[in-house]
Amino acid sequence: MVPWIILGVVLFIGMIGVFWMIGSYNGLVKSRNETKNGWAQIDVQLKRRHDLIPNLIETVRGFATHERQTLENVIQARNQAMGAGNVGDRIKAEAALGGALGRLMVVCEQYPDLKANANFLALQEELTSTENKISFSRQFYNDCVMQYNTRIESFPSNVVAGMFQFKPGEHFQLASEAEREVPRVKF
Amino acid sequence: MWEAIESNRRRSWILIVLMGALLLALGAVLGRLIHPRQGLVLGVCIASGVWLVLWLVAAFQGDRFMLTMGGAMKIERRDSPQLWNVVEEMTIASGSAKMPDVYVIDDERPNAFAIGRNPEKQSAVAVTSGLLRLLDRDELQGVIGHEMGHLKNRDSAFLVLAGVMLGAIVLLADVFLRGMFFGRRRSRGGGDGQAVVLILAIVLAILAPILAQMLYFACSRRREFLADASSARFTRYPAGLASALEKISSRYEGGKQETNRVLAPMYIVNPMSALAAVGLFSTHPPTGKRVQILRGMGGGSAYADYEAAYGKAFGQGSALLGKRTLAADTAAPARAAAPKAEAKQDAVARSKDVVQLLGRLENFLLMTCTCGLGIKVPPELKRDSIPCPRCGAANPVPRAEAGGSYRRAHPADWESFRCACGATVLLGPGSTEPEASCRACGGSVRIEPSA
Repeated sequence: MVPWIILGVVLFIGMIGVFWMIGSYNGLVKSRNETKNGWAQIDVQLKRRHDLIPNLIETVRGFATHERQTLENVIQARNQAMGAGNVGDRIKAEAALGGALGRLMVVCEQYPDLKANANFLALQEELTSTENKISFSRQFYNDCVMQYNTRIESFPSNVVAGMFQFKPGEHFQLASEAEREVPRVKF
Repeated sequence: MWEAIESNRRRSWILIVLMGALLLALGAVLGRLIHPRQGLVLGVCIASGVWLVLWLVAAFQGDRFMLTMGGAMKIERRDSPQLWNVVEEMTIASGSAKMPDVYVIDDERPNAFAIGRNPEKQSAVAVTSGLLRLLDRDELQGVIGHEMGHLKNRDSAFLVLAGVMLGAIVLLADVFLRGMFFGRRRSRGGGDGQAVVLILAIVLAILAPILAQMLYFACSRRREFLADASSARFTRYPAGLASALEKISSRYEGGKQETNRVLAPMYIVNPMSALAAVGLFSTHPPTGKRVQILRGMGGGSAYADYEAAYGKAFGQGSALLGKRTLAADTAAPARAAAPKAEAKQDAVARSKDVVQLLGRLENFLLMTCTCGLGIKVPPELKRDSIPCPRCGAANPVPRAEAGGSYRRAHPADWESFRCACGATVLLGPGSTEPEASCRACGGSVRIEPSA
């Protein structure tokens, strides 16, 4: 009789353990998928920014004839960002592109005709919004990564994470504000 | 992620249960009055029946009903790219899977509301033309963030449920009281017992709607603060919403507003200024307090910053957000203001945009005279030629037939032509689509670029 009771208790505990593992595993997968979706969202917005640039360059070129260098910088930064291989390079190149675009927009402020152009205004709104969407999706991604990493590292879910080799996610950090090049005004 | 719902869930359940009890008690007492023996059960059945019918109607037709009653018109991206973009940004920031539909209401009073039972499946935000005219981009973002917060916290779903209960209670009490005063009562000689029930019924019929309204409003006020906290979290710029609230409420001061009472809790600022003065009966907290909290967040935009500012505004110990929401949150410094165009110039440009948007939504025929003046022709006017109000030249109304073609005259601007069926077909600035289809008859017209 007694062995049967012991066996039953062991089986019961084992079953609870299995259910807990299933729940924990599913939670981790959900969390990981959230970070994946977050990254995909950033990707969509970065691509959108690349797509906007040729049109913007064409429009600005017609009005701001003395700004060849600034335009060249933007084109170059875009090409670099599009050609970047690994994630680290890509983040760096996208940050540089953001800086180059920011300088271009500052330069555009000096051309009243350009600022009154309907096409330019529409592009400016699209660009502003895309920059916003990049930063919002970056924030969301980073928040997701933080929650996911906390789950992987903290007990007891780290046991399951270790068993199934869940790898911690990488934060998306742009260069800090100080590192960004400030547009210089020439006199 | 990022729902601030947890602290409110228990309160909401208590509210629903209390209101349900009120409704059933009212039904039971009224039923007892009609028939001393079986009336009790009958009354309860009738009360729950009324509630069920109202809820079914609200749940399945409510959204459409609200939107059509408010005169809301659904827009697409090309109608108002900025509004569309801002809604898209807030969808991303809140981590929602699906962007809500966007509606514009032709109303000069600035306001906004959100509806939808399940924000991941079907939801909508609506803003008035007055709001678009009044607010700059950052402020608009703050307001949309607030509405997104309502959706994310499931406030609309709750308000429908509680609102329907309130409606059922008001309806039952109203029917009874009217019957009392205007109907001829047959006295059936129930004795003293019946007299007591009668008095009880009258007291309940008078008190129940008031009690239910107080419960309802107390809960919806709290939800406004939560939505403000969400807005700050999403936009990372509490000053935007604060400035929007200041602008909107200054528009409402002094003016008498007529707005539907059922819709009032859904708006961002309570349009019923008379009611807003009465603390317990206002659906929205005083705007001054909301602004004070948003401005007192000390350069942060996280839930913890809002909680701290809330505590400061209402005295230590008052808590808004739940512990779990706060624990899951991360630090979030506020961002800097977006670069702004000159305020006055910006306001003029916005105003022009809004007028054009409304014209397009209401199917006005848009054409440009040879003298450069833009002319809007109301859809009712079926004349073939429109004289220019400035130079007097007669402008033939551009037409095209299904299967035919139309050559664009002003590709950089909005322009439209009249389809053979009489409806207006609109072409956007810079659009390069080779075909346009008529929304009324479905026929498609080839579009040729301007010569």
